[in-house]
Amino acid sequence: MPHIFNRRDLTFQLYEVLNLEKLCNNSLYRDHHTDDFEQLIDLVERMAEELFQPHAAKVDANEPTFKEGQVEIIPEVKKALDAFIESGLPAASFSYSEGGMQLPYAVTQAMAFIFAAANVSTSAYPLLSLGVANLLSACGSDEQKQKFLKPLIEGRYFGTMCLSETQAGSSLADIKTQAVPQSDGSYLITGNKMWISGGEHNLSENIIHMVLAKIPGGDAGVKGISLFIVPKFMVDDAGSLGARNDVVLAGLNHKMGYRGTVNTVLNFGENEGAVGYLVGEAGKGLSYMFHMMNEARIAVGLGATALAYTGYLHALDYATDRKQGRPLNQKDPSSPMVPIIEHTDVKRMLIQQKSYAEGGLALGLYCAQLVDQQRIAISEGQMKAAKAHELLLDILTPIAKSWPSEYGLKANEQAIQVHGGYGYTRDYPVERFYRDNRLNHIHEGTKGIQGLDLLGRKVTQFEGQSTQLLIQAIQATLAEVKDPALQPMAADLASHLQLIIATTQGMQAQIPNKGIDAYLANASLYLDAFGHVVVAWMWLQQAHTAVTAMSEAVNDTDRQFYQGKIKTCQYFFRYELPNIKPALELLAEMDTTCMDFDLGLF
Amino acid sequence: MKILVAIKRVVDYNVRVQVKPDGSGVATDGVKMSINPFDEIAIEEALRIKEQGKADEVVVVTIGNSDSQQQLRTAMAMGADRAVLVETDSAVQPLQAAQVLLKIIEEEQPGLVITGKQAIDDDNNQTPQMLATLWNRPQATFASQVEFTGDNKLNVTREVDAGLETIQVELPAVVSTDLRLNEPRFVKLPDIMKAKRKPLETKVLADVAPDLQGQMIEVLSHEAPQPRSKGVMVESVDELINILKDKGLVG
Ligand SMILES: Cc1cc2nc3c(=O)[nH]c(=O)nc-3n(C[C@H](O)[C@H](O)[C@H](O)COP(=O)(O)OP(=O)(O)OC[C@H]3O[C@@H](n4cnc5c(N)ncnc54)[C@H](O)[C@@H]3O)c2cc1C
Repeated sequence: MPHIFNRRDLTFQLYEVLNLEKLCNNSLYRDHHTDDFEQLIDLVERMAEELFQPHAAKVDANEPTFKEGQVEIIPEVKKALDAFIESGLPAASFSYSEGGMQLPYAVTQAMAFIFAAANVSTSAYPLLSLGVANLLSACGSDEQKQKFLKPLIEGRYFGTMCLSETQAGSSLADIKTQAVPQSDGSYLITGNKMWISGGEHNLSENIIHMVLAKIPGGDAGVKGISLFIVPKFMVDDAGSLGARNDVVLAGLNHKMGYRGTVNTVLNFGENEGAVGYLVGEAGKGLSYMFHMMNEARIAVGLGATALAYTGYLHALDYATDRKQGRPLNQKDPSSPMVPIIEHTDVKRMLIQQKSYAEGGLALGLYCAQLVDQQRIAISEGQMKAAKAHELLLDILTPIAKSWPSEYGLKANEQAIQVHGGYGYTRDYPVERFYRDNRLNHIHEGTKGIQGLDLLGRKVTQFEGQSTQLLIQAIQATLAEVKDPALQPMAADLASHLQLIIATTQGMQAQIPNKGIDAYLANASLYLDAFGHVVVAWMWLQQAHTAVTAMSEAVNDTDRQFYQGKIKTCQYFFRYELPNIKPALELLAEMDTTCMDFDLGLF
Repeated sequence: MKILVAIKRVVDYNVRVQVKPDGSGVATDGVKMSINPFDEIAIEEALRIKEQGKADEVVVVTIGNSDSQQQLRTAMAMGADRAVLVETDSAVQPLQAAQVLLKIIEEEQPGLVITGKQAIDDDNNQTPQMLATLWNRPQATFASQVEFTGDNKLNVTREVDAGLETIQVELPAVVSTDLRLNEPRFVKLPDIMKAKRKPLETKVLADVAPDLQGQMIEVLSHEAPQPRSKGVMVESVDELINILKDKGLVG
């Protein structure tokens, strides 16, 4: 058994909680039907089981190597990706006019989730390329789309995002890469980029690097940053590949996890200069990148959830099989040992993982479905509604990215713990999931940066409109929950929501006295606490759906499934949600213990 | 030439099946259903024959409730040209299925019929044989290789207990597939969409075959298999023989 994901749960989340079939009622998605979604998921499930999961451990043990300027990757990776491409999956979410299948974003995110759970490193290549295609689709000129977007959607080209440099990671304003305008309208790019995932390989015909660089004489700081397309091989107007551009692989980074995804140091323009093409307007590079940020961050969060999910399923399976010890009241040493899942401490670790994994999935899919609502509103010219969806997404994305990165990792830690010593070996996959998942707090904006984004920007932006929309959305769920069994949890959610709002307001009132530094001093704690409230909401929604469906459940398996949702929701409200209180107290006081800690004291 | 492929909707092979509490059958509500894996191989083989230019149409047929349309759509997403659903709400058994399929054959006049060797729900392994008999045409079951000889004949390699056996059959014929015949393709996303526009004809079973012959097998009850009890390790051959004697298994 592959233990990649639980199809029953995915079905529950997509159709029972989110009612995804409703998306097909509007013009954007009216060609689709849930049957298509199911066929797509059938395809993805089979491909993940047959071509992605089987080499996940192998590519981790045999990471890509650097030989004579080339990257060598075990052949299983290309075989899996070729099948992915032949099946037309790269085109899934793009519009018909771009040559895509115009499937809902939520469905394509479910697909990404499955592939990430099966093999996070191999699936990173096409998913990264999709990000590049999204960026070009939103910001590229028609000519650029024709030349570069089309082959990306067809899966013939792969892409990279080249933001980071050695001296500029979180602080992108400090990048040094330069772009000098040429007489033919192109630019010559020179500089070194660090950490570039998928920066060099032979998995695709061409690689399209999306490079952030500064045009000399432009503004200092972020307003001086522009975005450029820099292909590995030049492409002529007919779409044929030409000479190699001056992008040189300087070396590989040897990572803790995600080992199959080659991570590179790239030198641009070491020799004659790398040819680049400006995307959109000069000086707007970072804002174009941020334009894609909501979707990119939801995707990172779902990746973290995927690892938590598969880890949980492996731990569950192990705990059911592994026999050790006897019940506490069994004194007879000759009595048989019991499966460890019967020990309460093991059970607790499994429920904890279930609550993080399924809670994270609910959060990721909810956000993905908001992206669809936003797209639908735009396509119907309802700009006000579109803006409202965007504002809600704005506040949810730092959480959708960071909460699974934090708690998904904790889930993986518990998956190791359930395996005992075996979990600490490479004979079982759970240590790999942990190593893979450790990245998610670092890339696409570190946890620290997400905390600053949430508390420093999102909760207050547009006079608190994002926060208001979130409160309304949570209150809408609370209003729906009528079942007496769920009432205590609904009341708990309402009070914790109230608490976090009051804390935030109280903190804002103290800014004039204590300063913005003190306000943001514990932003990471705020991020975790806020995340727990949002995920408690996700659990209440699931429990509410389960209670309603329970009365119509046709068999025991279904009844148990729904009961499991309700009980896990209870777990989350009893064991998890109350844990945010100490952090909220520190926040409310704007505690400056860390801020005031003198550097000399270390 | 036209190829007719008969498929069946069954509980997915990954699902751990559960007997309904009242013993009346296996629980299928809310359970993942798929094309019977042997039938998927049958579809794949038909498509490959068509792609080699040896057939010009692949028609899939199934007997089942309206949910079976899903499996027919998947078959068409794989590449089948059209589909026929013979609709019925009650389960059919091999002899009845063979009679219904014969009616479809009479209508469609295929040059070749391919089916899975058995469906993984009831594991009967009877329908293709019965169908060939009723149709009065040759059968080549458990195929692991199919080759056209050019004179309207097929060389079929069969997986039999003793190994492999190659037989020649004259077309039209019934071929049933074994696991090693081929590896079914992944469907392509655009083909999932195209399949929605391919023709799917629904017929009512009672109209297609109003006078089904033969007795139905009566199922008294379903039971989950008893869990296998734990084995014992023996130290010596003598000990083994003693145990077997105790159990009355050897004299
Ligand atoms: C496996 C991997 C793949 C990657 N792939 C890509 C890629 O494809 N393309 C790409 O462009 N980049 C990529 N990155 C780079 C990644 O985005 C950066 O590592 C990340 O932005 C952090 O930058 P840094 O490593 O320089 O750390 P730093 O920015 O030096 O951060 C170090 C620590 O300081 C904290 N910190 C920094 N500034 C602040 C601040 N202002 N306030 C509070 N705390 C702060 C951070 O939160 C962090 O904890 C990848 C990184 C890894 C590890």
